Amino acid sequence: MGKENPKVGKPDNTAFTQQRLPAWQPILSAGIVLPLFVVIGLTFIGIGIGLFITSRNVQEIELDYTGDQEGAPCAGCTTNATTNCKCTLPFKIENKFEGPVFMYYGLTNYYQNYRKYGVSRDDDQLYGNIDSLKSPANFCSPYQMGAKQMPIAPCGAIANSLFNDTFRLFYKVNKVYTEVLLDDNGISWWTDYNVKFRNPPEINGSLKNAFEGTVKPLNWPKPVYELSTNPNNNGFINQDFLVWMRIAALPNFRKLYRRISEGNWSRSLPAGNYSLEITYNYPVLSFQGKKKVVFSTVTWMGGKNSFLGIAYLVFGSLCIVMALIMLIVYAKYQVQIDRDM
Amino acid sequence: MSLSVDWIRHRFGKLASREASETNSETTPLLRSTAQKRKRIYPHNKHIVFPNNGLFIQDFKKVTSNYPGNKIRTTKYTLLSFLPKNLLEQFYRLANLYFLFLVILNWFPQMEVFHREITMLPLVIVLTVIAVKDGLEDCRRYNFDRKVNNARTRAFDWKHKDYVERCWKDVRVGDFVKVVCNEIIPADILLLHTSDVNGVCHIETANLDGETNLKQRRVVRGFLSPDSPFVPEHFNSTIVCEKPNNDLNRFKGYMEKPDKKKIGFDRKSLLLRGCTVRNTEEAAGIVVYAGHESKAMLNNSGPRYKRSKLERRMNIDVFFCVGLLIIMCLIGALGHMIWLGSFPDWPPFEVPDENGKFTSPALAGFYMFFTMIILLQVLIPISLYVSIELVKVGQVFFLSSDIDLYDEEMDKLLQCRALNITEDLGQIQYIFSDKTGTLTENKMVFRRCTIGGTEFSHQENALRLAAHGDVDSDEEEAVGPQRGHRSRLQFNSKNKSTRAFRRCHSAKAYYYGGYGRKKSEARRDSEVAFSSPLETDVTPDKKLMKIVREAANQMETWCEVRYSSDSASYMDFFLALAICNTVVVSTATEPRHRVTGPSLLKPSIKTLEKLHSFLQKLKPARISQVLSSIQSNSDQTGGTNQISPSPSGTSVSEENVAGGSSSSVSGGSKDSGVSSKASMDSGVYVEGVKVGDEICYEAESPDEAALVHAAKAYNFTLMSRTPDHVTVRLPQGVLLTFEVLHTLSFDSTRKRMSVLVRHPITREIIVYTKGADSAIMDLLENPSLENGKENKINKNASKTLKHLNWYAKDGLRTLCIAKKVLSEKSYEQWSNMRLEAEAAIENRDELLMETALNLETNLTLLGATGIEDRLQEGVPDTIEALREAGIQIWVLTGDKQETAVNIAYSCKLLDQRDTVFTINTDSKETCESILDYTIEEVKRYAAVKNTRTKLFKVPVDVGTVYPLEGAGPTFGLVIDGNTLSLVFEGNLKMKFLELAKHCRAVLCCRSTPLQKSTVVKLVRDKLKVMTLSIGDGANDVNMIQAADVGIGISGQEGMQAVMASDFAISHFKHLKKLLLVHGHWCYTRLSNMIIYFFYKNVAYVNLLFWYQFFCGFSGASMIDYWLMIFFNLFFTSLPPIIFGIMDKDISAETLLGLPELYKSGQNSEGYKWSTFWIAMLDAFYQSLICFFVPYLTYQGSDIDIFSFGTPINTLALFTILLHLAIEIKTWTVVHWVTMIGSVIFYFIVAIVFSATCISCNHPSNPYWIMEREMADPVFYLVCIITPVLALLPRYLIRIIQGTFVLCPLLKARQLDKLDKEQRDEEISEWRKRTRSREATSPGNSGHPLGRTLTFGAPLNVDLGNDGTTPPGRSMLNGTEIEHSDTLHIQIAVTENIYTSIPVSSADRTGDGGKKAEDNSDAFSAGHQRSFSIMTI
Repeated sequence: MGKENPKVGKPDNTAFTQQRLPAWQPILSAGIVLPLFVVIGLTFIGIGIGLFITSRNVQEIELDYTGDQEGAPCAGCTTNATTNCKCTLPFKIENKFEGPVFMYYGLTNYYQNYRKYGVSRDDDQLYGNIDSLKSPANFCSPYQMGAKQMPIAPCGAIANSLFNDTFRLFYKVNKVYTEVLLDDNGISWWTDYNVKFRNPPEINGSLKNAFEGTVKPLNWPKPVYELSTNPNNNGFINQDFLVWMRIAALPNFRKLYRRISEGNWSRSLPAGNYSLEITYNYPVLSFQGKKKVVFSTVTWMGGKNSFLGIAYLVFGSLCIVMALIMLIVYAKYQVQIDRDM
Repeated sequence: MSLSVDWIRHRFGKLASREASETNSETTPLLRSTAQKRKRIYPHNKHIVFPNNGLFIQDFKKVTSNYPGNKIRTTKYTLLSFLPKNLLEQFYRLANLYFLFLVILNWFPQMEVFHREITMLPLVIVLTVIAVKDGLEDCRRYNFDRKVNNARTRAFDWKHKDYVERCWKDVRVGDFVKVVCNEIIPADILLLHTSDVNGVCHIETANLDGETNLKQRRVVRGFLSPDSPFVPEHFNSTIVCEKPNNDLNRFKGYMEKPDKKKIGFDRKSLLLRGCTVRNTEEAAGIVVYAGHESKAMLNNSGPRYKRSKLERRMNIDVFFCVGLLIIMCLIGALGHMIWLGSFPDWPPFEVPDENGKFTSPALAGFYMFFTMIILLQVLIPISLYVSIELVKVGQVFFLSSDIDLYDEEMDKLLQCRALNITEDLGQIQYIFSDKTGTLTENKMVFRRCTIGGTEFSHQENALRLAAHGDVDSDEEEAVGPQRGHRSRLQFNSKNKSTRAFRRCHSAKAYYYGGYGRKKSEARRDSEVAFSSPLETDVTPDKKLMKIVREAANQMETWCEVRYSSDSASYMDFFLALAICNTVVVSTATEPRHRVTGPSLLKPSIKTLEKLHSFLQKLKPARISQVLSSIQSNSDQTGGTNQISPSPSGTSVSEENVAGGSSSSVSGGSKDSGVSSKASMDSGVYVEGVKVGDEICYEAESPDEAALVHAAKAYNFTLMSRTPDHVTVRLPQGVLLTFEVLHTLSFDSTRKRMSVLVRHPITREIIVYTKGADSAIMDLLENPSLENGKENKINKNASKTLKHLNWYAKDGLRTLCIAKKVLSEKSYEQWSNMRLEAEAAIENRDELLMETALNLETNLTLLGATGIEDRLQEGVPDTIEALREAGIQIWVLTGDKQETAVNIAYSCKLLDQRDTVFTINTDSKETCESILDYTIEEVKRYAAVKNTRTKLFKVPVDVGTVYPLEGAGPTFGLVIDGNTLSLVFEGNLKMKFLELAKHCRAVLCCRSTPLQKSTVVKLVRDKLKVMTLSIGDGANDVNMIQAADVGIGISGQEGMQAVMASDFAISHFKHLKKLLLVHGHWCYTRLSNMIIYFFYKNVAYVNLLFWYQFFCGFSGASMIDYWLMIFFNLFFTSLPPIIFGIMDKDISAETLLGLPELYKSGQNSEGYKWSTFWIAMLDAFYQSLICFFVPYLTYQGSDIDIFSFGTPINTLALFTILLHLAIEIKTWTVVHWVTMIGSVIFYFIVAIVFSATCISCNHPSNPYWIMEREMADPVFYLVCIITPVLALLPRYLIRIIQGTFVLCPLLKARQLDKLDKEQRDEEISEWRKRTRSREATSPGNSGHPLGRTLTFGAPLNVDLGNDGTTPPGRSMLNGTEIEHSDTLHIQIAVTENIYTSIPVSSADRTGDGGKKAEDNSDAFSAGHQRSFSIMTI
């Protein structure tokens, strides 16, 4: 600066303005990417093997109890639509399930992700907001207001369609049925239970009073504050309710029902005969769905799904094959091309 | 005056009947009285100004005060109107309407996908961003306005009876304003008073049009009274002029005095707002147009909007996207309908409407269609438009900060005036170039002249110029070939050495870098805006000088009248050179100080008397008359009778010439006080005139300056010029002051200018005319009855014509000088006519033209001049490179054919080996048959080329993807304006184009601006090619506007071309880097970015689409809305923009070294249909992978919708960014930062959002999802394998491409990796290969290597054998052969054989029945030419 005759318009002669920034200019060619493919291939095969073995170690048993077929244990319950129809589903575990074992219920062809269904809730109401409790958001419509224009709590289609089959598991040893204790603690997300969902502030120590002025959802037999006798599992923070409210991504899904973590069962579920007592309430024939119960062990990578392992294995091998091809190409052509250049 | 008034009445008479009722005359007493008395009407389309001096308070208040004030507001909005106005403007855009449509759709509950507010977000963001941009721009304008509005000036206040300081904004129409020297004029002011005795005010219009030369403005007639000061209070006239318009060169009106006398005035009296007053102490006038009505403001139009080819193509693809969107929406709608219908009963997850009713499947499907549009809206890449804007801003930034395109001399950068067509620069196929000022410097050097049929070749001057060229080699090397060429012309005896000279130059010229500046810079520093010494120095021709001296002597001694007529014509010739122009004289030390008249100098009585009597004696001869002197200095004789110690370049003392020294004048000595001495042989009448400073000439056109300098070299020095007088110093040293009666300025229709002067001594009225030969030759005096005279005149004219042809062949610009003596009576008549025309308001231009045509008849030819217009530096090199880049170059010029052809050869536009077709004809039929014949001819060779290609099937080499250009014979086409108009009138356009397509160079000579633009339009529209026009003058404006890309050269000829252009550069050579490097970059960058954007949007949107198959086509989205919107807005927006601005596939050096790389852009290889569809396919594939890998992974598990969507979103981000990473060719810091930054930013936003949003974002449920995902190893495993899998095909393709290097671009990229020397080696190797391929390719069989075919106009050939072959000229043998039908076609076949060509090819010259006639031709020293005749 401060020159005698500054050229006003002269552009800065910097690497940036003159587009001469130091740069890395990769040019892909067989010779260069060869090692890359080998490394990726080997790594992926390694990961693939690990995943595959892990997935193989997962034990899982899936029991369909829809009862849409003649002679199925629950077939009776599908025809006469009585509430709390009970049926029993016997099954056998061949190999011991290493604990902890998780029990899921599964639905197929159930579109929880259906848009209109998925939006039909009021998160503010579920967060325990008094105003929203009394006047739920319009999203809940038509499950917004019940009879006499009383607000529905919890409002919306999701809550209204709460899965309401219940299960009891019995272990049969020498014709003696021992009930396997099912733990409903911690089946939902910790954040849902502790943060996202809240009961409205209790009035006079009573949850019922807090819900005064609301009505139960249409399909529910009981109001929300009577979902459970356990005060920590009641109202909006009922674990089953929480699990249901977290809508599934795909139409065939399972949802965690219980953990088998009580007493001796927490270590393992021994091989043997079991019987599942089902309180059959939830209709699925209207959408040609199926109902299932699944017992599964879990690993660090979740339930039984060998896809990822196979994918890694296949892709890893593919990379190695391509690396070989490239090696050939490189040996045959690249040298020649280099000479030509 | 009465005449003019009557005439105006006549003019207005017609209007009277119609517009009587519409006048405002009844409101103004003055006008009413007029109307009553004379029934004269002021049409309402007139602008009436009443002075604001208290005399016309009523009228002023009624009429004039209603005109807008001088306050300007260039802002679009006010604080209040900003929002509505801006919004309204924005909704004119289609893209915004699309957004609005989506927002409205979303308002229907049946179709609502997102929150209504969310859908509005993109719209709001786009609107806000643009509104902020507009607002800021407006703010800047506002600040600028405020500054301007508050500038101070002096306006007359009639209450104070004096000028008072006032802000610009307070000046009103009718105010009297006084401006002093160097002040900027606040409004359009009618000049009424200046401090100058002659009533002249000088202004500089640089602010308006960039022209720095001074322009004279004259006080309105009748107000010129230097003695009595101008008193505004007494100004009692009304001013009537035209309504405000934007034509800077049009202004006329009249002033009506109380006694109904009218005084006309025109633009010569108008001071324009924004101009600067120079050289004049003070000027005053009345404001006629103020503020926004001033011409400067009306001319102020913003940048133009053009749509580039790439964008046009892209828009088509956008429509494909629309199609895709509709298909996808239809699938969604149908799918939803079928899905809903498949349930036997209403499933529990179907939600009824408020009344508990369910929508029928068909209706739901119908709604779903629109829902899908909302969901998949991103498919229409609106963000692309915004990004393109941003990318272009970046590209323009880099374009204009390139130091290689910066011109230090003028301190000028590349100027981008159209911001949105940068990428068009990379696709140019045809260049249309102006010649003068574009290819050439437009710095004129006087080279030769012919007077009265005698040619003076000015060898000494040529020598000097050659020497000059050798001295500052750097600069001259750039014009090397041309210089060599010139040298040959002058020294034909030295053929061999010059040939070598030429070769070395052409070799050097190729490597010419940017280091030739030093010299020119130095020159600039010393002289700012004035001519370089090269132009100002003219070494007089010895012979001519002698003649002139003798002529001068004769006048002194008048002993012999033998030479009188001749010598008089010599005198006249130089007088005409000195007088017939509009050059302004100023002094070097004070450039802006005009020399008004050498008032110091007093006449020497003795000399005067002698001269006078001599002239009296001459007069009866009626041939011409010479000079006299009014003033010469006797006082200073003693003091100035000195000879400057060193021969000065600017004024050559006579001794120099007399002594016969070859006057190797060193260029441009600037000694102050150079004394010029014109001594007579006897030494008795020495009249030294001491000039305080060296005289400088400021001319509007460089030709004029060159001529004035030439005259000065012969001691006819233009000393001063005022509007009414011009003073010339004669060789005798006497000063002669001519009274200038009229100046008919130059215009392009007349192609000439004239000055009407009264000779101070003989009192004769003389018209000096200077103009193009075509314009002058037809106006020459018809041979009178006297035989001898007729012969003489005819001979004179034909000789001159012949000389002119030589000049033109040498590439000189020719001007004819003629004169005419007018009788007092006819002058009177003409003068009246002229006055009438000047006072006219309507039709004035036509009338003026008519009078000019009236005057310029029966001229006597004095002689002609040849002025050289030197090639700009780097032109041949640039043209060669552009040619190699596959660009067809056409030169459209108004110059003579010979001049143009010559320039074309010297700038390598035409090669000596080219076959050149020249078509000049006046008949349509001839034209058609010539075209047919030529096309056949051309096709024959093309056919040969093709068959041979088939025969020998050249093995496909690397880089042969492009059609071989230059294989076989190459053709050039020269066509003149007349023929061109025939082509357009008759339906020969397609034939012409057909022919032109096969020619590698086309020259259109003698073409008008309109023809130029017609040609450009024709080529652009019919051939569907990308065209670029480049020019520097006002005559190129049409052409520049007609082309896809218009480039203006900001050079000598003002700014009109620049104003009309899209890009403005300062030199033609900059075109090389602009096109080859920046054009290529901008094009590849933008096309890659656009393709990438299409890919990105499709790939991302398809994720949502695939999900529809698993959610009952319900329009649900698994990705959180906010993250989805941010995805496009923030996470993946910056890297592609950086990619579009900064990616550099090939280095500038390689691109410049290998111009053929440019062809990829011409063939639109960066953006083809296939590119687009491959990108689409890739997008589909990638989206499939990106969706189904997570799907299969999470299938059947208890995954919830957003836990499923988040990994998909994340891996889509990785995939999309890594895809870009594959495409990025150059990784600079900026690339790394934006890439990594985008990923980090994504994670930060996602984590923060997930952690804080508990129930803030209704339908989606993002709380703690990201955190949970990031704690899950499966998330990472999915995110690793999916992008790798998705990108594998593209990666593989790139590897294959990189391995086998199939396209030249990739090969060039590999070159970039080499170090510098190696790369240079490779590049030259490559070029050699390309050339040898071209050379070995078929086509040189039995075909003459170079020929010139000339059709039509015998002028080119009948140069006759009159024996007076000038130095460096050859003759053409032309014989006309009559064909059986009426065709008169003459073809001269010229075969040029390079000396380097083996003898065998020389043998062929005799082939085909062509008679070869060797002729040593100095003109084309590098080769030989032979001529033969062919008949068709």
